[in-house]
Parts: sequence; structure tokens; C-alpha cells
Amino acid sequence: MTKTNLFLSAVALVLAVGLASVLVLHPTMAKGETAASPLEVRVDNFTFGPATLTVPVNSMVTWVNKDDLPHVIASNDGVFKSKALDTDDKFSYTFSKAGTYGYFCSIHPKMVGTIVVK
Amino acid sequence: MAKTNLLERNAGGLIEHDHNNDGINRRGFLKCMAWAGTGALCVIEGGVLKSHALASHMGSGMKSHNAGGLSFVQISDSHMGFNKPANPDVIATLKAAVDKINALPEAPEFILHTGDISHLSKPSEFDNVDQILKSTNKEIFFVPGEHDVLNDDGAMFRERYGKNSKGQGWYSFEKNGVYFIGLVNVMNLKAGGLGTLGGEQLEWLEDDVKHLKHSTPIVVFAHIPLWSVYPQWGWGTDDSAQALSYLKKFGSVTVLNGHIHQTMQKVEGNVTFHTAFSTAFPQPAPGQGEGPGPMKVPAEKLRSILGITDVNFVQGRHGLAVVDSSLA
Repeated sequence: MTKTNLFLSAVALVLAVGLASVLVLHPTMAKGETAASPLEVRVDNFTFGPATLTVPVNSMVTWVNKDDLPHVIASNDGVFKSKALDTDDKFSYTFSKAGTYGYFCSIHPKMVGTIVVK
Repeated sequence: MAKTNLLERNAGGLIEHDHNNDGINRRGFLKCMAWAGTGALCVIEGGVLKSHALASHMGSGMKSHNAGGLSFVQISDSHMGFNKPANPDVIATLKAAVDKINALPEAPEFILHTGDISHLSKPSEFDNVDQILKSTNKEIFFVPGEHDVLNDDGAMFRERYGKNSKGQGWYSFEKNGVYFIGLVNVMNLKAGGLGTLGGEQLEWLEDDVKHLKHSTPIVVFAHIPLWSVYPQWGWGTDDSAQALSYLKKFGSVTVLNGHIHQTMQKVEGNVTFHTAFSTAFPQPAPGQGEGPGPMKVPAEKLRSILGITDVNFVQGRHGLAVVDSSLA
């Protein structure tokens, strides 16, 4: 076995172990309360997490309010706006066109976020 | 309020400034601010800040002291419908605030509510507040907080509380020679910004105060502070400086706000800024803690950091006396 082959085998082994651990760990992660699903934005302590979320066209993004106070999700240019979301309330919007969508909380406007649709 | 505690505190050092110009002792001011959360009284007269024991301030001298003047009360941030820590019973604390108002030695002529009457703009929440405040038998003037205009751009608020108001709910009126201006700074907020008054309201304000004499005492009340308390948490108003520029000609301007659920004072030239306690739940001091959400405190401490504000205007005096007292 050449040195290169040995190296490639080692890389393959690492990748295989890595993949296996992801497959094994992923189901428990998904059950975890703190792990947001890929198309979810958590509203927590007056911030959006993640602040910027990139999704494919026709994705439905869901915001969930984890704060003790209500928030209102509103796009900067009026494309979408939720009703007031009390604690644990959710709001979803499906992005059918590519683009960059800035949004904010219309009652706490210091809270800003971005959805990038590709 | 626990009078003994207060007297003990004051025994440690009464803050009183004798100079009667607009100077303010910074050390004394900060000391008084520190007391505010524990129920001490901060009084501003003629731009001079004084701290009094509740017992002495509310004593027999008050009534005659205020002959020919005007006494009113400010309450704020009732958040009817809120039911989480640290206050699962905002009905009880609003009732305690009403008891406090009804027990004031100088009966106030009316009440100002500086917004966040409700938590979620629900009719039942407004109904509950109206029902509780009815037992004061006082006229009540409201301005909206952001929680009162959540889903309808304030239509329900104006239907209930702003029938004679202009634009999105602003108005003015005169009482005993004092001119009151209620402003709305919780509507049409812009991404990344603070509270907003907006062009239409600013034009109205400029025109509304034009005819007034410079000696007229002015009281401005609005929900979000009209001074920059802590912009990082949204505690300020983007175009407040323009509003205040229209009030420069007046010798005495008192600005009363809510929103930040704690008492704070600032004197800037002819303007005294003041924020009131909430009757529902406290919020952290600016920048203290992770964010501006409800502050969780032990149940036995809650009422010491909720409260009401009593304001007195004395004829011939330069400024208005603003007195905070807790529900404890």
C-alpha cells in the first residue's frame, strides 16, 4: 500500500465514522428542545436565531416565540406579517420566490433578521 | 410602604440640595436613583432633585402646600393578561395600585395611564383594566403602548380611549394652567429603529404649542421614553429631539414615560424626564442581564418594585414635584 493509498484509507475511515456518528446522533438531536429544525427561527431573548437563514425556493419557514413577551414578525417591505405571537405561538410563511427578505419585530424594531431564498 | 425601612434608609443620608438654580448634584442624583427601586422618593422641584421620606412628604403639610395647584397620578404598564413569573396576578397588583391612589392624602384630580394597558390587545384585557380603574372615580387619560395596538394599528385602542384624539391617538388639554400633551410613539416602527412619533404628529405638535405662553408649565406623556435611556434595548424614541425642540421656549417641561418598568429621572435644561414603575412586572436596569424581558424576583420583593407616580404642581413654583411610591 502506497503512502497515498494509506492516507486515503485513513480519510475514508474518518469520514465513515463521522457519517455514522451523525446518523446515530441526529435522531436524538432532533428530539432535543434547543435544536431548531433547519427551517425554524427561534425568537428568544429579543433575538432571532439564526439571524440569517438560507433556504431553497418554496420553503416554509416557521418562527416560534420562546420569550415571555409577545412579538410580531414583519417583513421590512410588507411581504409578510404575523399576528401577535404570545409565548410558544408560531408563524409560518412559504417563500416562493428567490431573494433576500429582511424582517423585524414590529413592536421591538431593534430585533432584525434575514431570510435568504435561493 | 414600610415606613420604618424608609426612615432607616434616610437616616443613612437624606439627599436634599439647597441650591435653587438648575444645578444637580451628580452624586446625590445617582444615590437617589439607587433608592428608587427600593421605595425611596425622588422629588424634582425647580430642577432641583430632593429625596424625602414618605412619612414627611405625605404629611399634613402637603394639602395646604398645594393650594391652588394641581395634583395628578401617573400609572403605567398594567399588562393585563400577563400571567408569568414574577407576577401571575396582575389584577391584584393593579388593584393595589388603585388602593394606593385612593389613599393619597391629596386626592388627585385625574390619572394618566402611559400605555401597555393590556398585554395582548384583547378586549377582555381592556375590560378588566377599565373595571378596576373605575373605583378611583377619576377621569383617566391614556396613550397607547405597543401591547395595546398589536393587531389592528390601534383601531380598538382609539375606539375605547381616543375618541377625541388626532391622527393615531395624540391630543392635548389644559388643567389648572398646566398644558398636557399625550403623544403616540409605538406605531409605524421601522426595522432597526426605536420609538417613532412621525412627521404628521410632529407637525401637529409644533402647531399645537405655538399659541401658548412661555410661562405655561408643560407636561408631555408618552409610552416609550422620549430620551435615550438605552437604545440597545429600544429604550428611546428616534425623533424625540425634534419634538423637544418645539418645547424649548417653555420654562418648565415635564416628560412622563413608561415602557421600561422602573423609575428613572433626568434633568436636561428646562426639561425633566421621568419614567414610572409598572403595576405588573419589573424589568432589569439598562444593560443589566441578557435582555429587556420581565425580571424574575422573589414574590416577597415584587410589590417593592411596582408602583405609582404622584405629580404635584404648585402655583408660582417653577417645576412639578414627581414622587414615586411602591406598592409594598
